[in-house]
Amino acid sequence: MSYVKPKFHHPSLKPNKVGYNKADYEGVISTLCAGCGHDSISGAIVQACYEISLEPHRLAKLSGIGCSSKTPTYFLSNSHGFNSVHGRMPSITTGANMANRDLIYLGVSGDGDTASIGMGQFVHAIRRNLNMVYIVMNNGCYGLTKGQDSATADFGSISKAGESNPYQGIDLAGLALELNATFVGRSFSGDKNQLVPMIKAAMAHPGFAFLDVISPCVTFNNNKTSTRSYSHVRAHIESTSIFDFVPEQDEIRVDYPEGKSAEVELFDGSKIHLSKLAPDWNPTDRFSAVNRLHEAKSRGQILTGLYYINTESKDLHEMMNTVDTPLNTLQQKDLCPGNSKLQSINKTFR
Amino acid sequence: MDEEIVVNDLVVRFANVNGTGSASANEMFAKSIFRMGIPVSPKNIFPSNIQGLPTWYEVRISGKGYLGRRAGIDLLVGINPQSLARDVKSVKPGGYFVYDSSKKLYDEYIREDVNYIGIPMIALAMEHYPNPRLQQLFKNIIYVGAVATLLNVDLDVIKEVIAEQFEKKPKLIPPNYNALQLGVDYVKEHYTYPLPIRVEKMDAVGDAIIVDGNTACALGAIYAGATVMAWYPITPSTSIAKAFETYCKKLRIDEETGKKKYAFVQAEDELAAIGMVIGATWNGARAFTATSGPGVSLMNEFIGLSYFAEIPVVLINVERGGPSTGMPTRTQQADIISSAYASHGDTKHVLVFPSTPAECFDLTVVAFDLADRLQTTVMLISDLDLGMNNHMSAPFAWDENRKYDLGKVLSAEDLDNLKTEFGRYNDVDGDAIPYRTIPGTHPTKGSFFTRGTSHDEFAKYSELGEVYLRNVDRLAAKWETAKSLVPKPEVYQEKNTSEYGMLFFGTTAYAAIEAMDLLKENGIDIDSIRVRSFPFHKDVEDFIAAHAKIIVVEQNRDAQFRSLLINELNLDPKRFLSVLNYDGTPITAHTIHAKINQVLNLVPVN
Ligand SMILES: Cc1ncc(C[n+]2csc(CCOP(=O)(O)OP(=O)(O)O)c2C)c(N)n1
Ligand code: SF4
Ligand SMILES: [Mg+2]
Repeated sequence: MSYVKPKFHHPSLKPNKVGYNKADYEGVISTLCAGCGHDSISGAIVQACYEISLEPHRLAKLSGIGCSSKTPTYFLSNSHGFNSVHGRMPSITTGANMANRDLIYLGVSGDGDTASIGMGQFVHAIRRNLNMVYIVMNNGCYGLTKGQDSATADFGSISKAGESNPYQGIDLAGLALELNATFVGRSFSGDKNQLVPMIKAAMAHPGFAFLDVISPCVTFNNNKTSTRSYSHVRAHIESTSIFDFVPEQDEIRVDYPEGKSAEVELFDGSKIHLSKLAPDWNPTDRFSAVNRLHEAKSRGQILTGLYYINTESKDLHEMMNTVDTPLNTLQQKDLCPGNSKLQSINKTFR
Repeated sequence: MDEEIVVNDLVVRFANVNGTGSASANEMFAKSIFRMGIPVSPKNIFPSNIQGLPTWYEVRISGKGYLGRRAGIDLLVGINPQSLARDVKSVKPGGYFVYDSSKKLYDEYIREDVNYIGIPMIALAMEHYPNPRLQQLFKNIIYVGAVATLLNVDLDVIKEVIAEQFEKKPKLIPPNYNALQLGVDYVKEHYTYPLPIRVEKMDAVGDAIIVDGNTACALGAIYAGATVMAWYPITPSTSIAKAFETYCKKLRIDEETGKKKYAFVQAEDELAAIGMVIGATWNGARAFTATSGPGVSLMNEFIGLSYFAEIPVVLINVERGGPSTGMPTRTQQADIISSAYASHGDTKHVLVFPSTPAECFDLTVVAFDLADRLQTTVMLISDLDLGMNNHMSAPFAWDENRKYDLGKVLSAEDLDNLKTEFGRYNDVDGDAIPYRTIPGTHPTKGSFFTRGTSHDEFAKYSELGEVYLRNVDRLAAKWETAKSLVPKPEVYQEKNTSEYGMLFFGTTAYAAIEAMDLLKENGIDIDSIRVRSFPFHKDVEDFIAAHAKIIVVEQNRDAQFRSLLINELNLDPKRFLSVLNYDGTPITAHTIHAKINQVLNLVPVN
C-alpha cells in the first residue's frame, strides 16, 4: 500500500525560485525496509530538485523493477512516472526522450535491473549518449527477490548465509567509463553532502549522466562480511574530491578547504566546483579517471565522487539532427505530406 | 505443329544465382509487362543468404487480373547450374526451357515433353564485353531480350523501363540496349517467334501501381504522423524501416533548418525497439516498430505492459515461416494466435489484416488511430509475400479531410476545466476508455504513475482483488468497444445463399477470389468473406451465422484462424472446415479449388 504523505509546511522552509516548497518534491510514504539505502537516495533526489528549482512537471522519472525501481513513487509526486519492466527502463527512456527532448529524464534502476537483465539496454543507452540521469541504487544483491547475489557483488564478499561470492563483480562505473559515458560518478546513499550536488550536476549534463550509488540493503546484505554493508562502505570510502554544483545564475558561495581546487563549466553556464583530493586526477580526462578508479580498487578502497565529465557532450538528438521542437508537439499539418505528394509518389510505382 | 495460342495467361520463372544482379533484370521484365497494360504478379523466391545460392523470380501474367500464385511453369529461364535438375523438372509438360547454350546441356536434363531453347548468353556477353563483372550483368539483359522476343513483349517498353532504371547513370543506357538487342537478334535468327504462349498489349491495369507492402506500410506511417520508429533488422520486415527512412528524408525535413522531423532508431534488439515505442507514445508522439515472428516473441513482455498500462503501440508484424528461425525467406500466416494473445496473463490485442499494398497504407493509418483511441497495442499483420513482393494494387490515396484520431488526451486547459479529480484509469465516458495525460502538460495537475503492476482508477498500486477486477473487467469492456471501431470485413456475395461460406484474410485473398471464379465455372457459387480485423467485426459473426458450414482458408499448419474464430465467437468446431497451405509458398487458387471440390463432393450440397 502507498500512502499520501501529509504535507505540512515547516515555517523555516522557504519556497524556491520557482515557488515550490520542498514538500512539493516529495512522493508517497516509502514502503521499503526501515534503513534501506534507497530511501536516502530518494531524499537526495528531492533535495536536489528543490535546490535547483526544477519545476516538477519538467521531469519524468522512470524505472525498471526491484526495490530500487519502486522509489520513483517515493519522490516527485508532481512528475509523471513510469515503473516499467525488469531491466528495460533505458529503452522506455530512449523513446520518451525521442518524443520530447525538452524534459529532464531521471532513470532509476537497481544493480540487478542494470547489470544482469538490463545490461544490454544500459550499455546501448551509453553508446547513444542519451540525455538522461541514470542512477543505479547498488546494493550488491536482488533485494526484491530476497537477497540473491547480483552481478555487481564483489568477488569474495561473504553473504549473510556465509557464502563467499566466487564471481568477479561488474563495476558499472568502470564499465561506463570504458564505454565513453560522458558523465560518470559514484556515491554512497549515506553521504548526502556529496550525493545531492552530484545529482544536480548530473541533471545539468547534456548527455548520459551515470551515477552508481552504493545503497546498502539492510535486510539481505548488511552483514559485516558483505562489502556493501554500511560498516564496510564507511570504513573503505575514499573521495575524488569535495564537490559542489553551482547552477548558472547562482553566486559562488562555498568555501573550499585545502587542496587543489578545480572548476568545470557546463554547457548552460552552470559550474561544478571541485576540491581535488588527488593531484593526479583530472575530471575531464577519462584516462586519469580510469587509473584513479583502478588504483583505489587495488587498495581495497571504494572511490566516490565525480570520476569523469565530458564537457563537449553531444546527445542523441544532436547526433541524429532532429528538430529543436519536441517531436510530440508537431501537428498533423507539420507531419502529413498531403495527397498531391502521394500522387506523385504513386507515379514512381507505375 | 498446330499449337493452341495462349495469350496473357502464363507463368514465367527465372532461376538465378543470388547476388549476380539478376533481380533488377527480372524486375524490368515484369515491369515491362505491367506497362503493356497486363496484370502481373512477380514473386521473389530467395534464400536467406547474400551470395551464391539459388534464387527464383516468378512472374505470373494474367489478363484476367488474377494476382495469386499459379502452379505450373510455362517457361523457365534456367541459368543456375546448381538448380538445373530441379528446374527442368518443374516445367509443365509442353512448356519451354530457356537455357544458356554456351555449354552443352547434359542429356540427363533433357525431357521429351519440354521444348528447349538455347541462347548462348555468357558466350555472347564475353564476345561483346571485356569486363567479367559486366559480362555477368549483361548476360542478364541478354536473356531478357531473348525471352521478351519469344513472348512478344514490346521492346520499346523495355527500353523505356531500362532508361528509367539508369536515369541517374545515363552512360549505362546504350550498353544495356545493346545487350538487349543481342538477345533479341539471337532469337530472331534462330527460332520461330513469338511462341504460342505470349503476351499482347491490353488495358487491364488502369491507374494501378505496382509496389511492395512494406513500402506501403512505411508511407502509411509517415502519413499517419509517426515521428519515432524503433526497430531491429529482421527479414522480411527490414525494408519497412529502410523505406521509412528513405521517404522521411524526402518528406520530413524541416525546410529552414534541414533538421529531421522524425527519430529513426536502430535498437539493440526487439525488446528495446518496442520499449522505445512505448516510451515515445507514453510521451505523446506517434511511434511504431516493425518486425517478424522472432521479434514479436521477444516483445511479448512489453506487449503485455502496453495492454495493462494502456499505452498505444503500433507493431507491424511481417510474418515469415515459423516456428523458431523457421523459414526466414518464405511466407506464412502462422502468427495469428501468438499475436492475438501475445504476453502472459489475460491479454488480447487488436489485429488488422491488409491484403494489398493500398490496404497496407490505409490500415497502417488506421492502426495508429486505433492504438491512440484504444490506448493499446495494435498489430498490422502482413506477411513476406505481401511485404516483400511487388503487387499490382490500387494507388495510394490520402483524404485531405482526414484528421488523426489522437484519442483521449487531456490538455492543460482540459485539466484546468476538470470538475472532478483526474483519474488515469477512470472510465468517465462509459466506453471503458480512460483519459490520459502527457508528461510536462501541466505544472500541478494530471501527473500519474504508469506501472505494469495492478493499479486502481488513479494509477495507484493495489493488489486488492476488487480493484484488480474492476480494472481487468474494464479492459474486457474496452475490448467490446474495440469491436465497433475496427475495420469491417469485405464480403463477396451476391446472393448470400450458399450452404458453405468461405472465409479468409490477408494475402490468401488473391487465390481465394480466383478460386471463387473457378468454382463458378463448375456451377458452384460460394459466398465469401475477407476478415480485416481482430476482434471480429459484427458482420463476421453475421456471415458465419448465415452459413451452415464455413471453410477457413489460411496459410499455417494448425488452422489458427479457425481456432480463433471458434474460441472468440464460441462456435461449434464441427461447422468449420479448413483449407491449409504452409509449405512457405503463397497459396494457389488451384489448391483452394481442389480442396473445396473435394469437400463439396463428400458432403452433398442441397
Ligand atoms: C522478467 C522478470 N524476471 C524476474 C523478475 C523478478 N525480479 C523482480 S526484482 C528482481 C531483482 C531486482 O534486483 P535489483 O535491480 O538489484 O533491485 P533491488 O531490489 O536490489 O533494489 C527480480 C529478479 C521480474 N520482475 N521480471
Ligand atoms: S529488501 Fe533490501 S533493498 Fe529491498 S527495501 Fe529492504 S532493505 Fe531495501
Ligand atoms: Mg539490488
